[in-house]
Amino acid sequence: MNMREDTLIPKVGVITDVRIDTPDIKTFRVVTPDGKKAFDHRPGQCAMLSIPGVGEAMFSITSSPTNTEYMEFSIKKCGCVTEWLHQAEVGQQLTIRGPYGNPFPVDDVFAGKNMLFIAGGVGLAPLRSVINYCRHYRDRYGDIDIVYGSRSKDDLLDYKEIIEEWSNDAGVKVHLTIDNPQEGWNGHVGFVPNYVKELNFDTNKTAVLCGPPIMIKFTLEGLCSMGFDKTQIYTTLELRMKCGVGKCGRCNVGSKYVCKDGPVFRCDELDELPDEY
Amino acid sequence: MRKLSLENINKLFAAVAEDKTLYLPVDQSDGSAKYSKWAEGTVWSNALNTVRSPKDLFFPQTEDLMEFKTEGKNIEVIDIRKESEDFVIFGVRACDVKSFEVLDRVFLSEPVDSYYASRREHAVIVSLACSRPSETCFCTTFGIDAINPEGDVSAWKTATDIYFKANTEKGEEFLASIEALTEESDDTAVNEQKAKTADIMKKLPLADLTTDSFGGGKTEELWNNPVWDEFSQTCLGCGTCTFVCPTCQCYDIKDFDTGNGVIRYRCWDSCMYSEFTRMAHGNNRLTQKERFRQRFMHKLVYYPENNGGLFSCVGCGRCLSKCPISMNIAKVMRKIGGDK
Amino acid sequence: MQKITRDQLITKAVELLSNGTVSAVLGWQKGEFDYDITPAVFTTEEEIKNNFVYNDFCGANFSKYLVAKTKKLEGKILVFLKPCDTYSFNQLLTEHRFDREKVYAVAIGCEGMADVVKLKNKVDGIISIDYKDDAMYVDTLYDGTVKVDYADVLAERCINCKSKKCVAYDELMGEDGEVIDSARFDEVARLEAMTPDERFAFWQNELSRCIRCNACRDACPACTCEKCVFDNPNSGVENKAPANSFEEQMFHIIRAYHVAGRCTDCGECSRVCPQNIPLHLLNRKFIKDINECYGEYQAGAEVGSRAPLVDYTEGDLEPGEVFERGDNNA
Repeated sequence: MNMREDTLIPKVGVITDVRIDTPDIKTFRVVTPDGKKAFDHRPGQCAMLSIPGVGEAMFSITSSPTNTEYMEFSIKKCGCVTEWLHQAEVGQQLTIRGPYGNPFPVDDVFAGKNMLFIAGGVGLAPLRSVINYCRHYRDRYGDIDIVYGSRSKDDLLDYKEIIEEWSNDAGVKVHLTIDNPQEGWNGHVGFVPNYVKELNFDTNKTAVLCGPPIMIKFTLEGLCSMGFDKTQIYTTLELRMKCGVGKCGRCNVGSKYVCKDGPVFRCDELDELPDEY
Repeated sequence: MRKLSLENINKLFAAVAEDKTLYLPVDQSDGSAKYSKWAEGTVWSNALNTVRSPKDLFFPQTEDLMEFKTEGKNIEVIDIRKESEDFVIFGVRACDVKSFEVLDRVFLSEPVDSYYASRREHAVIVSLACSRPSETCFCTTFGIDAINPEGDVSAWKTATDIYFKANTEKGEEFLASIEALTEESDDTAVNEQKAKTADIMKKLPLADLTTDSFGGGKTEELWNNPVWDEFSQTCLGCGTCTFVCPTCQCYDIKDFDTGNGVIRYRCWDSCMYSEFTRMAHGNNRLTQKERFRQRFMHKLVYYPENNGGLFSCVGCGRCLSKCPISMNIAKVMRKIGGDK
Repeated sequence: MQKITRDQLITKAVELLSNGTVSAVLGWQKGEFDYDITPAVFTTEEEIKNNFVYNDFCGANFSKYLVAKTKKLEGKILVFLKPCDTYSFNQLLTEHRFDREKVYAVAIGCEGMADVVKLKNKVDGIISIDYKDDAMYVDTLYDGTVKVDYADVLAERCINCKSKKCVAYDELMGEDGEVIDSARFDEVARLEAMTPDERFAFWQNELSRCIRCNACRDACPACTCEKCVFDNPNSGVENKAPANSFEEQMFHIIRAYHVAGRCTDCGECSRVCPQNIPLHLLNRKFIKDINECYGEYQAGAEVGSRAPLVDYTEGDLEPGEVFERGDNNA
């Protein structure tokens, strides 16, 4: 066989750790069968994971590229592939291909900036990669604010890491919120967009948003009313994907393919896309 | 230019088929033509064109991509790809030849689709100039010259003869391989026929259809055009237009459990289908209006925006003939562009 | 040629729209070449006067559109129904697929519709068509004006028309006809007379052309499931393309089973098939069998009739007899 490599043909990966994060989110650690990282990636990029016979789906890579040993994926149970993964045990093999999509501009645009990360629910998964990247190269960035909210305390992803690591970093402020009051919760209660308004951030920051569409919509409005320009705000999109390389046509919106030209978009770029994402 | 009497056309086919698989339009039992493998006794169709386009030969409706063997928790990925055999597609019309360029820009752009690329590299395209275009033809709208088709070899058929001219190295090789059967000729007869066809092309009912209202950068302008509401009202949401279209290339990837391993295959998909964009937690195109708009905007705005102005319609007219409700790109273009 | 004229239908549509009886009109919209007619919803007099057409290429059955078009409708929608369409209309009502109160049905007599494939096989380069009493006169790119007899381009389903009787309407235009003792089962009988191998070869040849575009299903007035099993990723049969040569045949056979006893034999499946597969023959086989096993039954002849396959009577054929019958056929 002298055919070139084809991106559609995946590598085998193996699950080496499964962490239960919330009632419906688990984080899977994946390496190749010989214990290596399957491939290098940049913060915000994605990978196609599949279970042969069940299906293939696109997931953002949750771990930071600075982790050279393995990749992590925080996955919410919501379809057939994710349901299957949720019952998978350590040692289970899967297939993996990537990396796909454009990354957050961590080394140029973000360099030297104060960073504001805003996430809702499983929306923290794609941001965790870039947050940990910024933490790793702490001196390249200014202040870091992280606003993260979920339905309840139990639905907060990476809670241990947030409390034990992120909160203790110099110049990193974590603002957690949950939708409704809960016993044993002394923190803020309320929806993310409102909390962001209450926190009334200075506009000398670059913001990165990820969460349910409704959260993104209202948070974006809130940031703009505080004086943020859309060119200061980044987000990451999710649409149905099959090939991951801008050919199968599913994630085509306007002249863009979310898998290839996204998933990371600056919010003013989104305004140029038709309202269909 | 090389010339062959049509009386000897089967000798030519036999010679070509000796070392390459030969596909050409052949009439089926229902009267329509289909690209089929030539074998002794096969008769070349006189039809203007096939119902299914020749894209099938590069991007088949369904093809196996790879296999998986699973044992317990372990998975083995098996690369089942084979280098394509050498083949010749004979009698491709100018519109369909152009469609290969449209497909190339998708499948041969990085990362190259190896399945498509292998077939493309191993194919010789022998095109055929049109002499009796149909009322549904509008290739000229997209700047395609039906009487001077591209391809590795261009061919012109008159009442008695067929003439060949090579355009590429592959084409030269092809002509060399049939040199013994053909004779050198001037282009008088071909030019006569070209002139006649050119006159007809001007009289085609869609000859005045233009792309003036379309192209890259027109998204905002066309997005809320009332045509999407009006013309999608009775769209059945079937896949006929996309499946007979020579440039539609959206696909789905699926797994098939054979009971003895899993085959991952891909098959044509259609943006007209309701589940095309459906995810576990939502669908970004909920109504037929949005799906209908996607198909035409993609061909007339998004694709040219990404491909230097090249439209992803070639005016072959297949959708005009085959849509169950006779709704099609020409009507959409006419409506948006203003009546004649 | 149709006896009912475009002008008559336009007058009727405009009358019902302007007097407030209906708020929308389901009708035929003119195309580029006279034969490429699109079903459309008209809401203004101007649209109707400019774009409404009616001629021998208005074969589309509008009944199924009523399911979607009556859902969010204010007021009533006017629908024109040819005799065979009225059967689909009744069958959909039997299955409670739309609200009868939201529809004003005008039945129109029909002289049989033309098959555009047949016309195109006869004439190249159609510019326009003039419908005269004796024949259609086709203006062409290559052969001047060509006279084409209506009989020569009559659609198969119209050659074998089962009924010119309109079985449902609020108003009838033109003359009502009679149920016809047609020869529509002759072709089925010919297939039944084949050996199993011959019959398999027949269907394999026909179905090998299928491209799984789903046009047959999407046009079929009996296929009105909100969620089709073939679109359900969890059904295990959701495949867009035949995974093997047998699968495409399964699609059509399963579909024929699903519509058995409900199919009125309107022939839309074969009309819309881009590959000219005679799909109606599968459905007719079921109809013929039902007639033979359970007595004559015409789906859609009346609203509310219980189809033999969903009814039980003491005189029903025993399963064993069906089995033997199948054996004899094999």
